[in-house]
Amino acid sequence: MNPPDPSTPEGTAIPGSDAGQADGESLPAAVRRPVPAHHAAESADAPAADGPAVLVRDLNAFYGSNHAIRGVTIDYRANHVTAMIGPSGCGKSTVLRCINRMHEEIPGAYATGKIMLDAQDVYASDVDVVAVRRSIGMVFQKPNPFPTMSIYDNVAAGIRLTGTKGHDLDERVERSLRGAGLWDEVKDRLGEAGLGLSGGQQQRLCIARTIAVEPEVILMDEPCSALDPIATLKIEELIAELKERYTIVIVTHNMQQAARVADHTGFFLLGELVEFAVTENIFQNQRDSKTEEYVTGKFG
Amino acid sequence: MEAGTLPRGGRSSLERSPRARLPDRLMRYGLLGLALAVLALLVVFFFILVSDSQDVFAKQGVVGFLFDNDWNPSRDQFGALPLVVGTVITSALALVIGVPIAIATALFITELAPARGRTVLTTLVELLAAVPSVVYGLWGVFVLIPNLKPATQWFADTFSFLPFVGGTVAGPNYFIAGLILAIMILPIVSAISREVISTVPPDHKEAALALGATRWEMIRMAVLPYSRAGITGGAMLGLGRAIGETIAVTLVIGNATTIGKQIFDQGYSLAAVIANEFGEASSDPLHRSALLAAGLVLFILTLVVNGIARGFVVRSERKQKVTSLAVTEAEA
Amino acid sequence: MSALAAISPRRRRVDRAARGTVFALTLVALVPLVLVVYYLLLKGLGAISVDFFTQDPTGNFLGNPGGIKSALLGTLELVALASAMAIPVGIGVAVWLVEYGRTGRLASIVRFFIDVLTGVPSIVFGLFIYITLVLTGFLDGSFAGWKGSAALALLMLPVVARAGEVVLNLVPDGLRESALALGAPRWRVITRVVLPTALPGLVTGSLLAVARAMGETAPLIFTAQATLATSFDLNRRMNSLPIQIFSDIQNPKAEIVQRAWGSALTLVALILIITLVARFVAARRSTLTA
Repeated sequence: MNPPDPSTPEGTAIPGSDAGQADGESLPAAVRRPVPAHHAAESADAPAADGPAVLVRDLNAFYGSNHAIRGVTIDYRANHVTAMIGPSGCGKSTVLRCINRMHEEIPGAYATGKIMLDAQDVYASDVDVVAVRRSIGMVFQKPNPFPTMSIYDNVAAGIRLTGTKGHDLDERVERSLRGAGLWDEVKDRLGEAGLGLSGGQQQRLCIARTIAVEPEVILMDEPCSALDPIATLKIEELIAELKERYTIVIVTHNMQQAARVADHTGFFLLGELVEFAVTENIFQNQRDSKTEEYVTGKFG
Repeated sequence: MEAGTLPRGGRSSLERSPRARLPDRLMRYGLLGLALAVLALLVVFFFILVSDSQDVFAKQGVVGFLFDNDWNPSRDQFGALPLVVGTVITSALALVIGVPIAIATALFITELAPARGRTVLTTLVELLAAVPSVVYGLWGVFVLIPNLKPATQWFADTFSFLPFVGGTVAGPNYFIAGLILAIMILPIVSAISREVISTVPPDHKEAALALGATRWEMIRMAVLPYSRAGITGGAMLGLGRAIGETIAVTLVIGNATTIGKQIFDQGYSLAAVIANEFGEASSDPLHRSALLAAGLVLFILTLVVNGIARGFVVRSERKQKVTSLAVTEAEA
Repeated sequence: MSALAAISPRRRRVDRAARGTVFALTLVALVPLVLVVYYLLLKGLGAISVDFFTQDPTGNFLGNPGGIKSALLGTLELVALASAMAIPVGIGVAVWLVEYGRTGRLASIVRFFIDVLTGVPSIVFGLFIYITLVLTGFLDGSFAGWKGSAALALLMLPVVARAGEVVLNLVPDGLRESALALGAPRWRVITRVVLPTALPGLVTGSLLAVARAMGETAPLIFTAQATLATSFDLNRRMNSLPIQIFSDIQNPKAEIVQRAWGSALTLVALILIITLVARFVAARRSTLTA
């Protein structure tokens, strides 16, 4: 876990990076991704770049005529974990699903606004949703490995389904399983059914499947709410490792979890972003009374 | 694509070539085309059937065709009343005999039978549906008719004061046809009744039992009223099936072109006439058009009956949803 | 009066009588099944022999009536072709309904028409094909096996489509979402995730449609008609078990009637085997899902 960043939220003026570009002009990929020493196979080390990976500007989302998300503007900083918390129905999951454009898969649902990923607006008219989702992965609340596939095939599914050629499939499957912290547990039974794993293992399998496609951002929609505490702990540790290579956005109804894993936290209420700050400040130094009431348990 | 070395910025990464989008389009519109083709096919068939039956309607008029009691192909007479009456009588008999038994099996399986017997009984009832129509016809001709003759003759003699009962029992007759139809519709009426009865909310039933009702009283108070719409729908689906059943009926109804006076007389039906007279009609366009007209009437009849049936079934499903909604609201 | 008053004997009697009646009626329902099976075995087994399956019906009124080879093979050919027509189309329509049409108005209309199709009497399907493919002199206006298959396919189509829709709806949405979220195009989600997951159910539905089609006589009367000789030419008339039975029933000769019983036994056995396989596949599916 990173120590809380003392700078103000919204990613302005981070000392040491040549970013400071809050509106997300593109930087070469190698520069934006800090490469920890033990990932020796990766390419050149680079200075940590903390510019935002995803910028959301004035997002409005609708379910038919129901105006569910109102004017949300938020930055998700690269290689950090950002949590979204709030009571049931506050819209945090909806915001998450807008980022990878899963929201519009619901009949009658749509969204307006801009969401920038690497200087491209994912809502631009010539953008293909399928390509967006290859760059932005998602882990769901209920672990759902594909039931007809083995562990190996599940991890490879992402690669095969996106149509990319898999000539080094074995290698990539192993890498993904290692990245999800599951390799040691399953390396001798890759051919077994994915459904034969425990809940926590299934969820890590889904994470492995997601990172096999090599996205930049991983969205997590209450990934631990269906798991027991030990499995939850394992996933939280995994998140701490994953953020070195990916940008993580996590929706959670468990405030303590947000406090444990997230660098930044946004508090949502009734479809609006009420407050966004460094996690420590959300929990101890709130600026909005509603935030204070929520985190102290007065409602929600 | 290797980690960290693929250029991620730039326009191209978030677009897909039109060629890649093609399979999606193909699948979506190809499948839609398939669905629409099925629709179009049905509509086309209907219209051709209507147009090809025009000849006989031109000669007899629609009302004449349906209500003239004179079916005599050799004299170019095509009043189909005997056929219509036969269809009505046999279907009515099928309902009267089959529906109560079907409801009884449904009640027994869902409410009264021990859990282990349920699957066995269900399978056995479903097996009745696996027997093809022609086999029921075979069995009807060589087993049912000869073996039931004494019993039905006794019934006709003893109860001849009842309307439509009496006289000499013909070999094949309305009653046997109705009986076989009852057997054939039993599986579907039973299946739907079972489905409906098993979705009666347990609290209804528990409330009745808690009041001290006997098992049968509970069924009468809580289960049957709740399931009425669904069971009616099931019965109507059975009716639709009985109306259209051809082969078994034509083998055991006698194919007589006059309207019988009692249920043990020979008769005819709309479906039976088509199967029976097709051979001789192939060279006579007017006769053929009459058979097609019979088919058209059959089609429309089953359409109407099945439509009504579906209305009942939908109503029963909606009631079930409302009930469960009310329960969840009450619990919230 | 004791605190726990017993219920009146009349109520108890009514309860017992009613329950007895329900039980009795249930047994009555099973009597035809027992009798049909009994007579099929009693009268049909005697006809079964090697010759029965290896000889064609001779059409002779005197002497040896022959076997049912052409009828048996004909049924297999006709139903195989009908399945090839109906199953892909039925599954395709079901896929469109579940994956694309969903709750829209067009989907409701399609569902309505499929419902209509399920209620059409089988003889009307025969008529449909007759008036469009035979009467009109299509190709050469003759009776042909493939036209019989077309009529059977019309019959099978709504069964496959309905069962397919039910089964595809059972595939959890979470699977589709996961696949879409990985960046898979929708057609791949359908072919690589949804259909394989639903496969056992689709097989069951298709097999039940096949079992149904095997027993149908009426649609074949004026489409495939009948011949006596074994034929593999689906462009000519073709014999089939139901048609052969139907014709034999109306023949007064005892050997021919016995052949009818033997054919009926064969037909029912075939249908039962397919139904059992279908149930087996369905049962296996429920043990696979976690």
